[in-house]
Amino acid sequence: MATSGARAATAAALRSSSQRDRVIHITFVSMMIMALTAALLGLASLIIFMIAEGGGRLEWGLLTEAPSTIDPGRAGFRTAILGTLYVIGGVIVLIIPLGVGAAVYLEEYANPARWWNRLIELNIQNLAGVPSIVFGILGLAFIVRGPIGIGFVAAAGSLTLALLVLPTVILAAREAIRAVPSSISDGSLALGATQWQTIRRQVLPAAFPGILTGIILAIARAIGEAAPLLLVGAVTFVTFNPKFLSDGYSTLPVMIYQYSNRPQDEFRVLAAAGVVVMLILVLLMNSFAVWLRDRFEQTW
Amino acid sequence: MKLRFTRAIALIGVLALASAACGGGGDTTTTADGGSGQLTGTVRLDGSSTVGPLSEVAAELYMAQQPGVRVTVAISGTGGGFQKFCIGETDGNDSSRPITDEEIAICTSNDIGFDFVQVANDALSIVVNAELPVDCMTVAQVSQIWDDGSTVQTWGDIDGLDLSDDVASEAITVYGPGSDSGTFDFFTEAINGESGRIRNDYIDIGEDDLAAVRAVESDPYAMGYIPFSYYQEAGEAVKALAIDDGDGCVEATPENVQDLTYTPLGRGLFVYFSDFALSRPEVLDFAEFYVTNAAEIAELAEFVAMTPEQLADQAAKVAALAGG
Amino acid sequence: MAESVSRGSSAVAGRQRSLEASGHRYGEKLIKAFLAVCAGVSVIVTTGIVVSLVIPTISFFRDVSAVEFFTGTLWAPSFANASFGVLPIVVGTLLVLVISLVVAIPVGLASAVYLSEYAKPGVRRVVKPVLEVLAGIPTVAIGLFAFWFIRPLAETLLPFLPWQGPFSVGVAALGVGLLIVPIITSISDDAMRAVPSALRQGGYALGATKFEVATRVVFPAAISGIVAAIVLGGSRAVGETMVVLIAAGAGNPHLTFDPTKGVQTMTAFIAGRATGDIATGTIGYDTIFAVGSLLFVSTLVLNMISTRFVRRFREVYE
Repeated sequence: MATSGARAATAAALRSSSQRDRVIHITFVSMMIMALTAALLGLASLIIFMIAEGGGRLEWGLLTEAPSTIDPGRAGFRTAILGTLYVIGGVIVLIIPLGVGAAVYLEEYANPARWWNRLIELNIQNLAGVPSIVFGILGLAFIVRGPIGIGFVAAAGSLTLALLVLPTVILAAREAIRAVPSSISDGSLALGATQWQTIRRQVLPAAFPGILTGIILAIARAIGEAAPLLLVGAVTFVTFNPKFLSDGYSTLPVMIYQYSNRPQDEFRVLAAAGVVVMLILVLLMNSFAVWLRDRFEQTW
Repeated sequence: MKLRFTRAIALIGVLALASAACGGGGDTTTTADGGSGQLTGTVRLDGSSTVGPLSEVAAELYMAQQPGVRVTVAISGTGGGFQKFCIGETDGNDSSRPITDEEIAICTSNDIGFDFVQVANDALSIVVNAELPVDCMTVAQVSQIWDDGSTVQTWGDIDGLDLSDDVASEAITVYGPGSDSGTFDFFTEAINGESGRIRNDYIDIGEDDLAAVRAVESDPYAMGYIPFSYYQEAGEAVKALAIDDGDGCVEATPENVQDLTYTPLGRGLFVYFSDFALSRPEVLDFAEFYVTNAAEIAELAEFVAMTPEQLADQAAKVAALAGG
Repeated sequence: MAESVSRGSSAVAGRQRSLEASGHRYGEKLIKAFLAVCAGVSVIVTTGIVVSLVIPTISFFRDVSAVEFFTGTLWAPSFANASFGVLPIVVGTLLVLVISLVVAIPVGLASAVYLSEYAKPGVRRVVKPVLEVLAGIPTVAIGLFAFWFIRPLAETLLPFLPWQGPFSVGVAALGVGLLIVPIITSISDDAMRAVPSALRQGGYALGATKFEVATRVVFPAAISGIVAAIVLGGSRAVGETMVVLIAAGAGNPHLTFDPTKGVQTMTAFIAGRATGDIATGTIGYDTIFAVGSLLFVSTLVLNMISTRFVRRFREVYE
């Protein structure tokens, strides 16, 4: 009797799916594909629209020429691109140690029973949701003026944006570290490695793809941010190449926003062309990140 | 695996540092006085989004003559600009309105003495759709539409306009800039008698004066008010109303602004300079350049230039500043 | 790790040696301290934000009654006849939040389920980076796209709606929704992929269909990550500034729930005011900080609620 029951169960399990199952499957899959397509369609139409608006204006001059209010036909985004590179360079240098460090501390060292660790966690969760413009207010009060007081320079923009995207990196890194099975770190500890050795040689490499996702998302966000920079000095017409710690600076998204508000039609075209330049930049950056991540992806 | 991982991180780090370090080349700075009247230094301007584009043109032209001087023009708004000006962070403030008493107090408390020059004129234009059968309005009528507590909802509600019934029954939609704008301050003071006094159901276009143009273009019964440079750029679908301030209908043209007949919506645009900034030769030189070439700058930027008398006045003023 | 193994075996083979670490691990303590400082930066940042917001806010509430602020429905802080009821811009922010989530959650979660459970590795390899490109689109671009393209399109497709003027908070919210889809998708996808295959295979072994495994095994198992993703997306929507600044405009002082109209959000208000012509030191300027404090406190409360929820339901494997 047992055997016949087992046989029946196995037969039932291996039976080909019922009509109902197939319908559900197809409906579900098509809904998902529609959803995904909607997102991709949104992206595609944005890109196509911007190319249509600004494509005619695309030329190497956009990258090599300085901005010009007198002659928008001759203007370019060189100084804004350099400003963006400076600012983002600074952001990357800051968020990797701070973000990964904080995530490692919270996941591996911190005792969640202690109130200060809970406070830190709460702070990070909260900061992830604080509007970017509030970071601009913070940057103006403490980085441009106040204790750090470096003035309206690219470094101030870097610091402000780094603080803005830091929670994103920390949250993503934590999820990545958490996803590493504890059997890996337990095994390492059992073999006599110290906690830091375990983290450095087992956990972090294993969590690397997830951490990289967080860093990429953070950088992508930082490159496109304009709001906090409006308050820390990026709204500046600059025709000479900026430096990291002196002079004025501007970044590409801020410049685009500025141009979109001008009455002359050429500025609107210029703004759209600037968007296309940004899209190309983002594409290049993301391709690099994908290539990096592809080499290290793994499943458990 | 470990080696590749380390290499990847190193690669990212190097790229980050490289992007932060590059770009230093390509600067053309003369580090010492060229001897032939070449100056070096920085001039930092900030302030109004209306005057900003004008100063940008001035900066570009000036830097073509004096490549050793770095002029930056930031746009934080007249008020935001004064905040920085009065604590010495900027050398000059572009302003679409005079400095307020509160701002003067801040400057005084920080020992910042200042003076100002006028650099251009502006004609606030009241725009409507070109198809609308109204070409001229009195100040009283405009105020009736825009004042606090206004009950004007249709074109027929406006006193003294002779309109056909179908036009009179159409609802009027009014657009205006946000209360953060100097244009708003100026308009409300000029038309309603008090800065900030306005009906509270107009459609706020924020900082985007272009949006008012677009709104008026597409809605035959809409009305908005915008700075002159935006009206100049607007197409055929938009027209500016002539304003009757007691002396007949006066059109919004540069000439009428310059000979002061376009009242009360003609205004001056200024740049304030701080005393300690003017003590630096490059700032003074820039201020002189700005005023001397004000007419050309205004024309390039599509603003209303000053009259010859105003130009002469300002030139004398700057000369006095130079001497003092 | 190789050294520690050989050390262990030599301990057995050779003389008696304790398995305890020889000497104090100062390096470990230093590292822990450094990492703690990294984490502590967040506390410093929050303190800085609070300090820069609180003082002008206190000065603000000396002049404006809290009751008027929180319950008033007319927001006109710089009119001569000023009015400080904050509800209109709060509603503006809520409109953006709700509409953008309504758009982004189905799209985002469906895409995540598809990518993690159904898609062939080749499809996933292509689509995931493309979604990351979407995440990298500057918010200025999305704002301009919404303003220049979506808004006219919406009016053409839905002419019966009461459109007025070139701004629309609903259109801006669509843009914001597009913006947060990658956040929801990628974090949910990571959460779902972290569910061990053992669970899935167990489900299949018991005769479940792919659909059943995806919706009844994987999805619930990853729920904490999914909720975290949604909360993060929602926070982003609330805090988004440029898209709403460009496409939602500034409405008018009255309270409205109509998404076809331009309505100002709290963030657009702060951005507009901080870069505008208002004289500093006045009540008008201090409203920036009052609204900023309100934003900060509300996101704090929201996050506390969601953290509690997430912690309750987090699955731990092994």
